[in-house]
Amino acid sequence: MIGLDPAETFRQEAEELLEKLEAALLDLGQRPGDADLVDEAFRALHTIKGSGAMFGFDRVASFTHDFETAFDLIRKGQIAAGPEIVTLSLEAKDHIRELIEDPISTSAAPGQRIVAALQALLAEGRQGAPAASQACAASEPSMPAAASAASGWRIGLVFALHVLRNGTNPLALVDDLRELGPCLVTADTDAVPALAGLAPLDCLMSWNVTLESSCPASAIEDVFMFVRDEMELTITPFSDAALINAAAPAESAAINAPETDQAAAAERESEEKPEPGRRMEGKGQTIRVQAERLDELMDRVGELVIAQARLSQLATAGSDLAIKDIAEEVERLASGLRDSTMGVRMVPMGSLFGRFRRLVHDLSRDLGKPVEFVTVGEDTELDKTMIERLADPLVHLIRNAIDHGIEAADKRALTGKPATGRIELSARYVGAQVVVAVQDDGAGLDTARIRAKAEESGLVAPGAQLSEQEIHQFLFHAGFSTAKTVSALSGRGVGMDVVKRTIDAMRGTIDVATAAGRGSSMTLRLPLTLAIIEGLLVRVGESRYIIPLSAIEECIELTPAIEARAKGRNFLDVRGDLVPFVRLRQHFGVSGEGEPFQKIIIVTLGETRIGLVVDQIIGSHQTVIKTLTKLHSDAVMFSGATIIGDGSVALILDVAQLLAIGQGHRDSEPTAEAA
Amino acid sequence: MAAILTVDDSPSVRQMVKLVLSSAGHDVTEAGNGAEGLEKAKGARFDLVLTDLNMPVMNGIAMIRGLRQMPALMGTPIVFLTTESDDAVKLEAKAAGATGWITKPFKAEQLHAVVAKLVRT
Repeated sequence: MIGLDPAETFRQEAEELLEKLEAALLDLGQRPGDADLVDEAFRALHTIKGSGAMFGFDRVASFTHDFETAFDLIRKGQIAAGPEIVTLSLEAKDHIRELIEDPISTSAAPGQRIVAALQALLAEGRQGAPAASQACAASEPSMPAAASAASGWRIGLVFALHVLRNGTNPLALVDDLRELGPCLVTADTDAVPALAGLAPLDCLMSWNVTLESSCPASAIEDVFMFVRDEMELTITPFSDAALINAAAPAESAAINAPETDQAAAAERESEEKPEPGRRMEGKGQTIRVQAERLDELMDRVGELVIAQARLSQLATAGSDLAIKDIAEEVERLASGLRDSTMGVRMVPMGSLFGRFRRLVHDLSRDLGKPVEFVTVGEDTELDKTMIERLADPLVHLIRNAIDHGIEAADKRALTGKPATGRIELSARYVGAQVVVAVQDDGAGLDTARIRAKAEESGLVAPGAQLSEQEIHQFLFHAGFSTAKTVSALSGRGVGMDVVKRTIDAMRGTIDVATAAGRGSSMTLRLPLTLAIIEGLLVRVGESRYIIPLSAIEECIELTPAIEARAKGRNFLDVRGDLVPFVRLRQHFGVSGEGEPFQKIIIVTLGETRIGLVVDQIIGSHQTVIKTLTKLHSDAVMFSGATIIGDGSVALILDVAQLLAIGQGHRDSEPTAEAA
Repeated sequence: MAAILTVDDSPSVRQMVKLVLSSAGHDVTEAGNGAEGLEKAKGARFDLVLTDLNMPVMNGIAMIRGLRQMPALMGTPIVFLTTESDDAVKLEAKAAGATGWITKPFKAEQLHAVVAKLVRT
């Protein structure tokens, strides 16, 4: 940590605090009385202010001060945390972020407006409450305002019994006095009992100091600033010294002693036991690493995995047991390293979900549709780069859900729904995939209107036979929108096609489900990572291919009996379901007869399945994905390539594209071809 | 050279304290909240504790009370960092057993002065 710039640490810290603050504020909007949330918001503001001032973010500190004060008042129950304060604080949060990002040129005007609005709110809320804050300033003890002309001071020091226990060292304080000028110190030990009765941590001694110095009395007071209220300090200029009765301080110490002792004992009894540390905050220790470095690490690990696969292949082929041993060890280490490296890149979805709460809050306010936003599965982890790429598509989906999905409150009332709409954003693991869904309880998709619009824009011939699923796919066409009026938020037909393209690029899929009157859901299925996948290595002719294991449902032998039943049609009966299949030999233009005992690999994506006929299944393979160069961008059937154990290249099949081909087979005439 | 425990939920403040004090040759241990502070203090010897008051999990006041229960820390100076000019907070911390305070924002020289004042080695 040392060597970093604390100001930079502060920026990162503030970023996290602002996120916490926002979450607390949004929750507070729903549970206005929650003391923990108020505490959380206060603490975030408090730290931003305190640390901000430390590292030169003066504008941040002074702006935050008013909000800190406001939340302190809420904390003390003097004002309530109403929706106005929450909204205003959210604005303040945005302003604080701007101030931190650009401390110099950020305009002061919004800040002044926000503070003025806050003060108006506070004045309203505090009316009638006693103005207690001014009272304390007047109670400062006023010392005799002695002129600094005196040639010296007589100082009496009598400490409370417990000061030693509080870490005060009276001798160190006397030393500090010496720095002001030459001192004559006498100690009064009258109150100290015999050794048997001595409590070593009780301060029973007192001191008289004669200081020769023309320093002001305040300089002497400053020496004792930390213990000022736990001692009797008498400061008298020399001229008045004769009036002081030297015995008095010692006496008063003796009288005070039993009292203070009792107080100390009572204090000890009333002390809380330390809470057993809740470890909630303990995981906050993080290091920031540039994403490129992680990519580089991932690349290296990829190379290592490939090299290891080659070693394993050599070792398996040979008969040297020692080499086999080492190859196994290397395999174990490489897979451990691969898992940890991928783990480093994984980030919980919660970090993404948090951003949408604000979006929903603002949209719901702007559109006048009350919406409850529920998130499920925040701790589902996904590759960091994927999470970032997911942000925009999810913004579109959530906007659409609120703008188009959720009906206006009065319309909801007509259909007997609760006035508050509900949007659920969920994430969960399904196999090697993460499923992210945006679900609303609105009116559902208007399938008839989507169809009409599609016919109107010439995407489909009028009257064509289409399934609901197929009709819904039109939503993802560029420029497609059924919104009757274009609002500022959605309905411009920009977005859904971008969503689709983004998800496709991540090797994910998007499914639409809807129930008229009960809402709709958009379901994204995404691979866990973009870098390494589990694949099934297969052979077609002389070439090897990889099929992502996550897409594979089962493998079946293509027996003569199945061939006979298919009667030349490329359909397969899988436990009563008719599944189309694609002969990859034929598809890839491999000449010659198919080998006997071909295999059918059933792959699924979302709701659809097809079979892929291959010559041989070689086995599972750790697949390090290398993207194809732009030169090969027309090879749509492949999503990438990898290097396998013997150093040769295997292409990775793009299951989505093959599915589309398989679907084509179903619709067209069966090809007259015999294997 | 002194052993110093700095307890603050703000990593930037901890970092600043550590930078300033380690460059003066002190040995600085960090803790992110009161509970961690107590944990770090267990079985250790410190010449000075610097702590924030407002912290999650366990605040500074509760930690100071806990530290004062530990024989090794009974007489150790404990200084709290505060932004409050409010005397009530200072009194509460003092009653819990704090030795003194530093008002935020503070400069490196102030930190050095306080350490020099309270730590005699």
